[in-house]
Amino acid sequence: MSTVQLFRTGDTPLPDVIILAHKLTREYDMGSELVRALRGVSVQIQKNEYVAVMGPSGSGKSTLMNLIGCLDTPTSGEYWLNGQKVSDLADDELARIRNKEIGFVFQTFNLLPRADALHNVELPLIYAGLSARNRRERAAHALKRVGLGDRMDHKPNELSGGQRQRVAIARALVNEPSILLADEPTGNLDSTTSSEIMGVFAELHHQGQTVVMVTHEQDIAAHAERVITLRDGIVATDQARAA
Amino acid sequence: MPFFEAFRLAIQTLRAQKLKSGFSLLGVFVGVASLIAAWSIANGVNRYMTEKFAQTLYGVNTFQLRRRPMFTPNVPDSVWRAWARRPRIRFSDAEAISEGLTVPVITAWQSSDQMTVSYGNKEARDIELTAASERYFDIKNLGIALGRPFTGEENRSGAPVAVLGEAVAKRLFADRGPLGKSVRIGGVPYRVIGVVEHQGSILGFPLDRFVVVPALSPAQNLVNPPGILDAFLVKAHSDLEMREAMSQAEGIMRSRRHLRPRQDDNFVLDTSEGVQRFWAGISRILVTVIPGIVVVSLVIGGIVIMNIMLMAVAERTREIGLRKSLGARRRDVLRQFLAESTAIATVGAAFGILAGIGLTIVINKLSPLPASVSPASVVLGVIMGAGVGVVAGVYPASRAARLDPITALRQE
Repeated sequence: MSTVQLFRTGDTPLPDVIILAHKLTREYDMGSELVRALRGVSVQIQKNEYVAVMGPSGSGKSTLMNLIGCLDTPTSGEYWLNGQKVSDLADDELARIRNKEIGFVFQTFNLLPRADALHNVELPLIYAGLSARNRRERAAHALKRVGLGDRMDHKPNELSGGQRQRVAIARALVNEPSILLADEPTGNLDSTTSSEIMGVFAELHHQGQTVVMVTHEQDIAAHAERVITLRDGIVATDQARAA
Repeated sequence: MPFFEAFRLAIQTLRAQKLKSGFSLLGVFVGVASLIAAWSIANGVNRYMTEKFAQTLYGVNTFQLRRRPMFTPNVPDSVWRAWARRPRIRFSDAEAISEGLTVPVITAWQSSDQMTVSYGNKEARDIELTAASERYFDIKNLGIALGRPFTGEENRSGAPVAVLGEAVAKRLFADRGPLGKSVRIGGVPYRVIGVVEHQGSILGFPLDRFVVVPALSPAQNLVNPPGILDAFLVKAHSDLEMREAMSQAEGIMRSRRHLRPRQDDNFVLDTSEGVQRFWAGISRILVTVIPGIVVVSLVIGGIVIMNIMLMAVAERTREIGLRKSLGARRRDVLRQFLAESTAIATVGAAFGILAGIGLTIVINKLSPLPASVSPASVVLGVIMGAGVGVVAGVYPASRAARLDPITALRQE
């Protein structure tokens, strides 16, 4: 952990720190009781790190994932993403951050069933306001990067599970985000396909992509170079794995 | 997301769900189709009444001196009885007015009744026999297709000559020439001297079943008691001169009838205004009832679209969550669903316009009404259709836009 600088409220993160969470808390008012999903999480992730977030259910890893993905805002604490403080941004600004900075990969792929692979990958670029031609070019390029250059006009139901997840990865990459944020990316895949997808992640990481992956599987987390474990809403362990 | 993208997406969704979309645009379809068709019909009837009906019955810039109005819808019995007690119009009244008017006019006498006309063993029944003076043809704008009208001299001498309506000539003579032949009217032989041009029909009533004979010819006794007229027709050159002639004629008649200033006229100076006023009343009813139908169908259409859109939002919650996670802002989602509801409604309106135009063409072909599609109704149809889509889409779209991406994504 020698690279991690001590951060105090009011500081600005160092330039190569992509994710900086400082004393993040998230509480849900469930009417009768207050659920404290996160109780002060501080994490720093550098550019081009490959991090797995683990923890049993109820540990707060989904909540942390939502905060890192800018789908949610913390009750207190600071969150900096790629040099920008996003913890107190409004809805539409968060949408813009999600569009530009974050590439989501979901457990259930979340592809539009009626659209072909190319159009699915184009989606984030529509909200980025790119022209149709520009979108197609970049979407095609992203599909080639994940090895689906010859499946662009296939609908999701014409693709295998692994191919669908590759389409989803291409969609996550197409806007060249600061982080690739994967939520149980192999949860719906068999072990062979899982390792194939892990291969894609490893390759992307090798190319310089920062990857944050939430998983509850040890052997999937083993692909990452650093594992953060949450328990009861706080960071329990945070260790680099032997290469 | 630009509007263009939103509409492209909307059309894609519509095409993917043809059946559902088809049902949802039915309401707007009916609303717009009835708007266009009703508007066309109202227009057609309007034109028909003002141009053809009124002018065929009365003639242009023409008034008629009568005991009671010719066109009398919805008149109570008491009024009828009062009219029946009035003195009738006499030859002498007509002569006095002809002499008294200072405005240049042409005039004609007219008395009519249903009669049978025969030629050999052929009969034409229920023929309108009109005993009229020679200018009747000019005032009624009856062109002569064959032969000639009778002259003033023939009228004054009461010559037994007849001018036939086209239908009567066909019925009695088929293809053989009627000119010079002798027809019998009330037992008196009349020589046919002319046939009037085809007049067509009005509201389904044929206008060619008539015979015109000189006002002073023997048949006058068949249609009215001696010295009595149904109507005295006066045609002026312009509306203004007609008004002047009317006020002069009124003065002449009042003094002939010795009416005191506070007494009402016991005769009428009848113009096509009466018919047109009557039609304006019907028109007003149409103008209030039809928008009602249109509004009801559009409201139903709007409710249907709103429900379909709420269903769509519920079904596609995950998609909305996904789009939001990929960077769609509230207004992008709002726009997407608004575009979809507007597209449904606009497509419905477009089909409605086509159906409305089709209905108008059918009415034009099958009825005497000159129905024609008014461009304003098409514009209004499009605006109302799209408007219904926007209004019906606001609530579902804003619900979609407000969805929390985390819960939306988690939805099964």
